[in-house]
Amino acid sequence: MKQTLFDKVWDSHVVHSIDKGPDVLFIDRHMIHEVTSPVAFLGLKNRALPVLYPERTFATADHNTPTLNQHLPVADPLSRNQLKALEENANAHGISYWGLGHKKNGIVHVVGPEYGITQPGATIVCGDSHTSTHGAFGAIAFGIGTSEVEMVLATQCIMQPKPKKMRISINGSLNHGVTPKDVALFIISKLTTSGATGYFVEYAGEVFEQLSMEGRMTVCNLSIEMGARGGMIAPDEKTFEYIKGREFTPEGAAWDKAMAYWETLHTDEGATFDKELVFEGSEIDPMITFGTNPGMGMSITKAIPTASSVEGGAATYKKSLDYMGYAEGESMLGKPIDFVFIGSCTNGRIEDFRAFASIVKGKKRAENVTAWLVPGSHKVLASIKEEGLLDIFEAAKFELREPGCSACLAMNDDKIPAGKYAVSTSNRNFEGRQGPGSRTLLASPLVAAAAAITGKITDPRTLIQ
Amino acid sequence: MAYDSFSILTSTAVPLPIENVDTDQIIPARFLKATERVGFGDNLFRDWRYNQDDTPKVDFVLNNATYQGKILVGGHNFGSGSSREHAAWAVYDYGFRCVVSSFFADIFRNNCLNIGVLPVQVSAEFLAEIFESIQNDPATELTVDLHKQNISLASSGTSESFEINAYKKDNMLNGYDDIDYLSNMKSEIVEFAQNTPL
Repeated sequence: MKQTLFDKVWDSHVVHSIDKGPDVLFIDRHMIHEVTSPVAFLGLKNRALPVLYPERTFATADHNTPTLNQHLPVADPLSRNQLKALEENANAHGISYWGLGHKKNGIVHVVGPEYGITQPGATIVCGDSHTSTHGAFGAIAFGIGTSEVEMVLATQCIMQPKPKKMRISINGSLNHGVTPKDVALFIISKLTTSGATGYFVEYAGEVFEQLSMEGRMTVCNLSIEMGARGGMIAPDEKTFEYIKGREFTPEGAAWDKAMAYWETLHTDEGATFDKELVFEGSEIDPMITFGTNPGMGMSITKAIPTASSVEGGAATYKKSLDYMGYAEGESMLGKPIDFVFIGSCTNGRIEDFRAFASIVKGKKRAENVTAWLVPGSHKVLASIKEEGLLDIFEAAKFELREPGCSACLAMNDDKIPAGKYAVSTSNRNFEGRQGPGSRTLLASPLVAAAAAITGKITDPRTLIQ
Repeated sequence: MAYDSFSILTSTAVPLPIENVDTDQIIPARFLKATERVGFGDNLFRDWRYNQDDTPKVDFVLNNATYQGKILVGGHNFGSGSSREHAAWAVYDYGFRCVVSSFFADIFRNNCLNIGVLPVQVSAEFLAEIFESIQNDPATELTVDLHKQNISLASSGTSESFEINAYKKDNMLNGYDDIDYLSNMKSEIVEFAQNTPL
């Protein structure tokens, strides 16, 4: 039978299929962080259950960590307590723990690939919806709730109905100044935030083949923003080259055996999907969001759509524009901004900082802009220094912070003040996401850099040398 | 038994006719710092419910005593965004046992089922009728019958069936949870794991 990539990985992990119910799915690798795991460990304690396979779970602190002075005790007692709980739980159950200050610490979806925990054909879960990131390697990776975190700790399995399958193909190549983030925001703007709910997505076609592994991670990361449980891309030479030699990557005979499996991981010719969408790379411009969900995105040069031209309720649409302080039909170009945030599991990798540097090099940060540059991990931070990017940032009056999720969800002190506009490379522009009353404009690192230099929404193509 | 069982619920309902209600609205991230599952209901819809000085926003539905009940009725694509189960906990802790919408985000729906809150998906037309009926008479009652997989509106007698898989239905009716099921499969899981390299 002709199978899709998704079928191959899913079906090979089904321990048991319940009649008229979900599949019992075996989980190869489980990542945990401080926010969604403590109640799961409490559940284990109440049931007097051990962690079945502690070597398959990896813990890192990221959501609730400061991005300045990480060598000091965490000032907020609630945050400190949550971080302490993660450390104690990991230690008590023999789980690898990369806490604050650890050289491997960073955002869970950044460090997983960096150390080879993320591998093709694996099932990977985490109590975080952006777990879809790991699908870039041809893994089935998705976010779960805390009850499911407890299930995985106790039994290495979760119970999930098999999702439907969607393939999104983008042919051709991308225009100058168009990044993987723009590709994702473009797709979400076409599908809306619920257009892929109930589906698992495979991204295919020349555009995705041409993307780097980090670019693929950015696209897969945002799969959840169109409602999909996850998105994946068939592994290829680029994938194998990326993972080779990393700490948790198999070596020698184990590598050969793994490769024999990984090379089968593609959708068979003639396999069918429940839904197929096809776009052309040349259709995509640099994108920016103007509303309060990631589906409310548009080409940076266009005008904000009118309520009558969008699907769904006009009342909700107008409420969203009111929150943003924008009106239908306005141009986004030239609108003033207050903050710029570079970072997150979406765009906090070294290629994102290189892209940012390519525009800010030799220029100066606009005086009306506060910018937070937050690397996704200590490894990214080290590369920023080694490659001389820090010198470029400092010369342009930018400050580099320490790794963490930071202003993406503003659990720590990195909050955008009420009413202020932030051009952010993160993943969600929900009301108050970056702090109560904050107004988020999602965009690529290039668009963020152009905004940081000019102090307003600017087409980055006008600044690219 | 991991949570309350659910069979038939008859209650008035609280209407929230807004689309794409995301989990950051249901419970903002700054309230996710607890290490125990207590008190999340106090911060349900925090930033829609309270001003920044913690005074209630009088026009938000949870601050309007006219609307009460164990059923929350939301617009299309309810619960989108983050996987935080805290959102489902907040809904439960506030006192809701059922959420009705014309469409649910995937992870939120799963989280609800895992803690004993029943997500009931109805047609867009029926959802509009429910909103209208509650607006006309806040004392309007809804009856959700899990056995029959049916939801009905007392005022008009209109009813609709809803989907839930047989396994989850059984869990909800009895208050069973997945860990009990999986724990009894341990030998099969261990055997499976032996053929699955790390």
